[in-house]
Amino acid sequence: MTIKKLTCIECPEGCRLTVDIENSRIIKVAGNKCPKGEEYAISEIENPVRILTSSVLSQGLGLKMIPVRTDKPIPKSRIFEAMEEIKKVRVSRPLSTGDIVVKNFSGLGVNLIATRRVK
Amino acid sequence: MIKRDLVIVGGGPAGMAAAVSAYENGVKDILLIERDQYLGGILNQCIHTGFGINYFKEILTGPEYADRFIKKIKDIQDIEVSLKSLVVKLTNDKTVTFLKPGRLETVKAKAVIMATGCREKTREMIHIQGTRPAGIFSAGLAQKLINIEGLLPGKEVVIIGSGDIGLIMARRFALEGAKVKAIIEIQKETRGLLRNVVQCVEDFDIPFYFNHKISRIYGKDRVEKVSVMKVDDNFNEIPGSLFEIKCDTILISVGLISENELIEMAGVKIEENKTSVPGIFVCGNSFKIYDMVDSVTEDSILTGKLAAEYIMSCK
Ligand SMILES: Cc1cc2nc3c(=O)[nH]c(=O)nc-3n(C[C@H](O)[C@H](O)[C@H](O)COP(=O)(O)OP(=O)(O)OC[C@H]3O[C@@H](n4cnc5c(N)ncnc54)[C@H](O)[C@@H]3O)c2cc1C
Ligand code: SF4
Repeated sequence: MTIKKLTCIECPEGCRLTVDIENSRIIKVAGNKCPKGEEYAISEIENPVRILTSSVLSQGLGLKMIPVRTDKPIPKSRIFEAMEEIKKVRVSRPLSTGDIVVKNFSGLGVNLIATRRVK
Repeated sequence: MIKRDLVIVGGGPAGMAAAVSAYENGVKDILLIERDQYLGGILNQCIHTGFGINYFKEILTGPEYADRFIKKIKDIQDIEVSLKSLVVKLTNDKTVTFLKPGRLETVKAKAVIMATGCREKTREMIHIQGTRPAGIFSAGLAQKLINIEGLLPGKEVVIIGSGDIGLIMARRFALEGAKVKAIIEIQKETRGLLRNVVQCVEDFDIPFYFNHKISRIYGKDRVEKVSVMKVDDNFNEIPGSLFEIKCDTILISVGLISENELIEMAGVKIEENKTSVPGIFVCGNSFKIYDMVDSVTEDSILTGKLAAEYIMSCK
C-alpha cells in the first residue's frame, strides 16, 4: 500500500489529505473536512484538473485585455497547450460576463468564457 | 455646495456592498465616488478563481465577483456613481472634495463611508541592499501590467515573499512562458494560502526557498541577479549559505497595508467600522486587511447598515 499526501485546493481551508492507494486504486481518503475533499483526492490522483484563467487581447473595444476562463476544469497536463491557443484569440465584439468566447476550446470539451463585461 | 445623505469613497467590493446595504436599509440619496473609470476596484485585475466561496457559494474570478455588485448598483437609481473622480480631501464635518476631469467638486454629507482599499508594502519597507535598476515590481503592479495592460514585465523572475498575490503571480508568469526561478520567503512557512502553494507553485515546479532572504540586488540598468542566503529562526545569516540567482525581474509580495491617508489627514481615528467622528465610517481593506473578499463584503454590508441607522437618527 502507498500513502499519498495531498492538500485540497477546493476552498481556502486547505485540508491536508491522506490517501491510501493499493494496486493503483484509492482505498481511503482521510483528513477532508467535507465531501469535496474526497472528490478532489480522487481526481487529483486519477486525472488532475484545473480551471484555467487568463486574458485575451481585444480589438477596438473599451478594454485592452478581456479576462477569460474555461467554464469547466481541464487536464493539468494540457494547460500549456491551452495557453498557446489563448494567446491566439482576439475579441472584437462586445461581451457580457459569462458569454462564450471560444466554443469547445482547443478540443478540450470546455468553453472559454469572458469573466468581465466589455463594450 | 451639494448636499447628500451618504457619500461613499471607493467603488471596490467594499464601497459597492456598503452602498447596496445602505440603500436596502433605507438610505435613498447615495453618491459613490470612484477614481478609476470602472467600478470593481482591485478585483478587476484579480482574474484568477477563488472569490465568492463563502458569500455566493460559488467559485468566481475577481471580475465575476465584482460584476454581481456592479449589476446591482446599476439597477438602483438612488445610487449615483461618479467615476474618474479622485477624492482629495475629507474633513471631520463630513465634507468630501473630489477632482473630476476638469473640475473640483465638494459635497457635504450626513454620513461618509471610506472604502479606499489597501496598497502593497514596497521594497523600502523591507530594506534590501543593492542597486535600483529597472525590473523591480510589486506583485500587484505586475498583475495589473499582465492582466489589464497585456504586458509581460520580464522573462526570468524571482519573487520575494510568499503572500498570496506573489504566489498567484508566480503561476501567471509561468503560464505566460516566463521562468519563475525562485520564491524567497524569510519565514519557515508560507504567508499565503496552502491552496495557492499547490496550484500556483507546485503545479509549475517552482522552487520555494523558506528561511531564506535576498541579501542584495545587482544590475545597472536592469536587474541582473540577486544574492540569496539562508537564515536561522532569528533571521540571522547562516554563514556560507550565500548563492546567486540570475534574473531580470523581481516581484515583491510582502503584504498589504490599509489605505487611509484621507482619514488620517482629517484627524479622524478609526474605531472598528466607526471612527472618532460620528457619521464617518470605514470598511473593507481600508479598515483592516482581509484575506478574502467575501469577508470584505460582509464587513461592508454591516457598515452600510450602521451608516443607514446613523442617517435615520439625524432626521
Ligand atoms: C494587488 C492586490 C491583489 C489582491 N488580490 C486578492 C485576491 O486575489 N483575493 C482576495 O480575496 N483579495 C485580494 N486582494 C485583497 C483585496 O484588496 C480585497 O479582496 C478586496 O478587493 C478589497 O476590497 P476593497 O473594496 O476594500 O478595496 P479595493 O478593491 O482596493 O477598492 C478600493 C477602491 O477605492 C478606490 N479609491 C481609493 N482611493 C480613492 C480616492 N482617493 N478617491 C476615489 N476612489 C478611491 C480605488 O480606485 C478602488 O477602486 C488583493 C489586493 C491587492 C492590493
Ligand atoms: S476538504 Fe472541503 S473543507 Fe477541506 S479544503 Fe477541501 S473543500 Fe475545503
